[in-house]
Amino acid sequence: MLDAKLPSGPIEKAWEKCRFEMKLVNPANKRKYEIIVVGTGLAGGAGAASLGELGYNVKCFCFQDSPRRAHSIAAQGGINAAKNYQNDGDSIYRLFYDTVKGGDFRAREANVYRLAENSVKIIDQCVAQGVPFAREYGGTLSNRSFGGAQVSRTFYARGQTGQQLLLGAYQALERQIDAGTVKMYPRTEMLDLVVIDGRARGIVTRNLVTGAIECHVADAVVLGTGGYGNVYYLSTNAKGSNATAIWRAYKRGAMFGNPCFTQIHPTCIPVSGDYQSKLTLMSESLRNDGRIWVPLQKGDKRSPDQIPESERDYYLERRYPSFGNLVPRDVASRNAKAVCDEGRGVGEHGLGVYLDFSASIERLGVDKIRERYGNLFEMYERITDEDPYKVPMRIYPAIHYTMGGLWVDYQLMSTIPGLFVIGEANFSDHGANRLGASALMQGLSDGYFIIPYTLGNYLASNKFEKVDASHPEFAAAKDAVNQKTNALLAAKGTRTVDSFHRELGKIMWDECGMSRNAAGLESAIGRIRELREQYWRDVKVLGGNEEINQSLEKAGRVADFFELGELMCQDALHRNESCGGHFREEYQTPDGEAQRDDENFSYVAAWEYTGAEPKLNKEPLTFDYVHPSQRSYK
Amino acid sequence: MKLTFHIWRQKNRNAPGAMARYESSNMNPDMSMLEALDVLNDELILRGEDPVTFEHDCREGICGSCGFVINGVAHGPMAKTTVCQLTLRHFKDGDELFLEPWRSRAFPVLRDLMVDRGAFDRIIAAGGYCSVPAGSAPDGNAIPVPKTDADRAMDAAACIGCGACVAACPNASASLFTGAKISHLGLLPQGQPERDSRALKMVLQMNEEKFGQCTNMGECEAVCPKGISIEVIARMNRDYLKASWKYRGAQAVSGDA
Amino acid sequence: MAVTGALLVGFIFAHLAGNLQIFLGPDRFNGYAHALKSIPELLWVARIVLLTAVILHIWSALQLMVLKNEARPIGYERHKMQASTYASRTMYWSGPILACFIIYHLLEFTVGVGGTAFVDADAYGNVINGFRVPVVSLFYILSMGLLSLHLRHGIASAVESLGFSHPRHTPRIKLASAIAAALIFFGFVSIPVAVLAGVIPSII
Ligand SMILES: Cc1cc2nc3c(=O)[nH]c(=O)nc-3n(C[C@H](O)[C@H](O)[C@H](O)COP(=O)(O)OP(=O)(O)OC[C@H]3O[C@@H](n4cnc5c(N)ncnc54)[C@H](O)[C@@H]3O)c2cc1C
Ligand code: HEM
Ligand code: HEM
Ligand code: SF4
Ligand code: F3S
Ligand code: FES
Repeated sequence: MLDAKLPSGPIEKAWEKCRFEMKLVNPANKRKYEIIVVGTGLAGGAGAASLGELGYNVKCFCFQDSPRRAHSIAAQGGINAAKNYQNDGDSIYRLFYDTVKGGDFRAREANVYRLAENSVKIIDQCVAQGVPFAREYGGTLSNRSFGGAQVSRTFYARGQTGQQLLLGAYQALERQIDAGTVKMYPRTEMLDLVVIDGRARGIVTRNLVTGAIECHVADAVVLGTGGYGNVYYLSTNAKGSNATAIWRAYKRGAMFGNPCFTQIHPTCIPVSGDYQSKLTLMSESLRNDGRIWVPLQKGDKRSPDQIPESERDYYLERRYPSFGNLVPRDVASRNAKAVCDEGRGVGEHGLGVYLDFSASIERLGVDKIRERYGNLFEMYERITDEDPYKVPMRIYPAIHYTMGGLWVDYQLMSTIPGLFVIGEANFSDHGANRLGASALMQGLSDGYFIIPYTLGNYLASNKFEKVDASHPEFAAAKDAVNQKTNALLAAKGTRTVDSFHRELGKIMWDECGMSRNAAGLESAIGRIRELREQYWRDVKVLGGNEEINQSLEKAGRVADFFELGELMCQDALHRNESCGGHFREEYQTPDGEAQRDDENFSYVAAWEYTGAEPKLNKEPLTFDYVHPSQRSYK
Repeated sequence: MKLTFHIWRQKNRNAPGAMARYESSNMNPDMSMLEALDVLNDELILRGEDPVTFEHDCREGICGSCGFVINGVAHGPMAKTTVCQLTLRHFKDGDELFLEPWRSRAFPVLRDLMVDRGAFDRIIAAGGYCSVPAGSAPDGNAIPVPKTDADRAMDAAACIGCGACVAACPNASASLFTGAKISHLGLLPQGQPERDSRALKMVLQMNEEKFGQCTNMGECEAVCPKGISIEVIARMNRDYLKASWKYRGAQAVSGDA
Repeated sequence: MAVTGALLVGFIFAHLAGNLQIFLGPDRFNGYAHALKSIPELLWVARIVLLTAVILHIWSALQLMVLKNEARPIGYERHKMQASTYASRTMYWSGPILACFIIYHLLEFTVGVGGTAFVDADAYGNVINGFRVPVVSLFYILSMGLLSLHLRHGIASAVESLGFSHPRHTPRIKLASAIAAALIFFGFVSIPVAVLAGVIPSII
């Protein structure tokens, strides 16, 4: 049994009470602490900037050429906050409630409540930084409703909310870099965590320009390294997004929470060929005005304008009369897969459904639609060469987000003391399904408003003996990194890294994607092991270590994806229920909806690395405020 | 579809480089330019030749990682499009493509098509921010911002820091990039307290990084994937001139003005 | 740069206004020329300001050129311009040629060693005599073309460098710059053309 160290007492006061009980670091002493922050996304960037501001000595790392390029930059839709500026009945409690329910009762109530509380401060902070949120004519902040929420609580900056929030954090970070409190290491990849006397005391990195393997010593390590959706090869994540940092930490003893909880976004541009390297998200807001349909007949190859109304199946409107096209992401995705599996999918490969705007264009006029979605339509046309004003868009679900991640307690500390995990990299506050516009909120909440306190508490509560890079644990970690690199370079096989990654991705997508079953998962585990074994024998990585070597970078990441992919399948296999994004075909209601099993699975599955089979630990979940119920969108 | 590539190959920062020629018949009009390079690289690796190094991450035109010059134009022939979003539909079967890295002293080539744009980070670090420690902000609606100002600030804030403006500018000037940040923050009430010092410090840093001077050629605007207008440069000049006048004679210019 | 440029443009317009008086006859024109010289202190102050402006202008142009070359030590194999104008791309050609023109021009009309007949204090006669030689006129016309080109980019550029810009007004500034450049061209060119065509002396 894992203890999340949840504060006692009423949930509304929990975080305040917890903060009061924390130990503080004397301001004059902050400078003496060395802190490592890996990642410069919303979580890591905000965290490093805030810690620097407090006066700690921070070293910050990212693998891109600049901290401004972290994957958070790609978020389009918006960020939630319980401001109730629209006077439509929103409140901290309502945001809390929606998030726990949306997560299908697999998240921790206390964490979610704190997230909802912090959401309000995030908006203030970002506005003050100069984030150009959308405004009304009166000069006040504008909101929209997002992802089927019944209140308008989403703040946005055109279709570039993630970019603007990240630039705000990045600018705050650069200010600290200029002030000398943060030292930035771009183009530097963390390849191992160093644990000394049971506590996280540093990392081993590779300089991606010179290949130098370096040791960095610290009193505490914070990981904000993002999600692992790229296990699937094709995803909406940036190409560089990887699991290496958290996976290395896992292998050093940090438990991995709910690895199989992944989110599939229903509106992405379908795959067009084998060369495809990533999938592009089309904002969810399109579902507000687009109608989703497929032909009634299997294998109907007529062009959409040739298919009369009576031969179209608006399957979401048919099955979910009250929510229609606005059902949550997991439901919309699963239904799209179902109709395609029936052979009614559209497009060259039959993996797509129509998202049709003709009715809205007729009702609202082209100009209104252009005003709302003009830039998305342009992006769609640029990629597909089809004009969505005339021809219905084709969309298909794609991997988008990973709710799973390193297990952390209420203080955001992993099972390794001194190792904190923030943002998408931790197993997060989203349970089994994340609501739209809440990942940005979580990243910034962790970075600006949680880690500065909890990290201080850890530092003030512990004594640190001096450690330096000559410590045997550092030498051992460095050796392990070198060995792995050399093994990859020495294989000199016949297949490229990408070809392996694609194959792994296909297994994961087919067996551990939108819907899963025991037989498929078992076979996937076998196939992944085989493929991994072949990988180490037959991968072809040219060049050496002491130079810029993008194939080598990829090779290391893919090696970790193999291991993580296997754990994901194991987790999916053990969770004999369906919940949120985890849909086990064996566990569904008679009409095909997810069937939760609260009796047996109301817990966080935290996997522990043992060297052999991973060991399952459980953190039971209790719900004192929001009572588990069956989600219904009929 | 067949394409012939002429690509700048350079081992590292200090090595000399040269153009090399490659052909591939496995191209497809629906591919993006970067996917075309992926395919080419797979072919090269299997032949035992070094794959081409190029920077990329999001592949959806927002992170600003990607970028090189295609047939003399930064980010290639499509307006407002980064190379990761540029599909091969805009080329013909049999075309010859010349791919070169951004050329600027401030952006040294690290390898092949990859350059070091750290100078941009240092320009931002010099003053491209509003100093608000976490926790000290007033309510988001405490200061109303006219919609037109917010919209224009957003126009300028859309810059992705790709460096195409420098690459295309005949003077290799970073004025569009720097002007975009100065305009973004200068248009908002939140940016006013540090407006003068920001302009002074950022322009100073830009010059220290050895970018050229702007002579209003307008090439930057034409290749900018986010359509940043050269108006931001005039705005930067205005803020800079005003600030230099205000702080004339003071050491404040380089100090903590 | 912008400041010296603005001074030079100011001079050009004043000079154009002065020169066009040639159409009003020798007395008026010579009168104007004399008037200029009647207060030598003022004249010299103006000359010094002008000279300094030219020198500073050329100095900053050289600086720009050095910076430009330093900022891009390795050029492109292929480089296709997208938006810049012919005028803006030829500033480093039109400028120096203009400088040569000015030197010749001074030699011809101010010092009187331009190879054409020169009578001190008869500016009118000097101009007519000078432009009767077709090669001289042609050189002038060409130079005026370059001047106009230089200013077409130069005026708008100076305005932008001084920080004026506006979504609506910026295109207008560009237009105004082009119009000013055209005015300068046609204004100055009208004189040698009129002389060659025999229009001017017959006005008398
Ligand atoms: C297309 C898209 C659209 C989205 N839209 C929305 C939205 O509208 N609203 C919303 O709330 N959420 C959205 N999300 C989700 C959200 O963007 C992410 O969950 C969130 O930004 C993650 O932030 P992060 O700080 O945790 O990690 P990231 O932003 O992924 O940052 C990871 C950082 O870690 C660094 N890093 C990683 N590995 C290493 C390593 N080994 N060594 C060194 N450094 C490393 C990287 O360099 C990077 O700086 C979207 C996601 C996608 C893919
Ligand atoms: C050796 C001679 C000259 C050279 C090399 C030269 C070069 C240049 C260059 C490179 C510019 C562009 C600067 C910019 O756009 O910011 C420029 C601008 C300009 N030039 Fe010249 N020039 C010369 C002579 C002249 C002369 C003789 C005149 C006027 C009669 C003149 C008037 C201008 C003006 C008005 C500008 C615009 C100023 C600005 O952009 O800020 N130049 N010149
Ligand atoms: C058709 C065109 C022009 C004519 C007829 C003309 C005529 C003259 C004359 C007659 C003088 C001598 C005045 C005197 O000494 O009494 C003069 C001087 C001068 N001109 Fe011109 N000019 C022309 C074009 C230009 C141009 C284009 C420039 C600059 C770019 C220029 C620059 C000067 C200068 C610098 C002087 C010297 C003024 C002084 O004595 O201080 N001229 N011009
Ligand atoms: S201004 Fe435009 S071209 Fe320059 S860095 Fe920004 S986005 Fe790129
Ligand atoms: S192209 Fe260069 S000269 Fe100025 S207007 Fe753009 S920076
Ligand atoms: S790869 Fe991100 S902008 Fe092109």
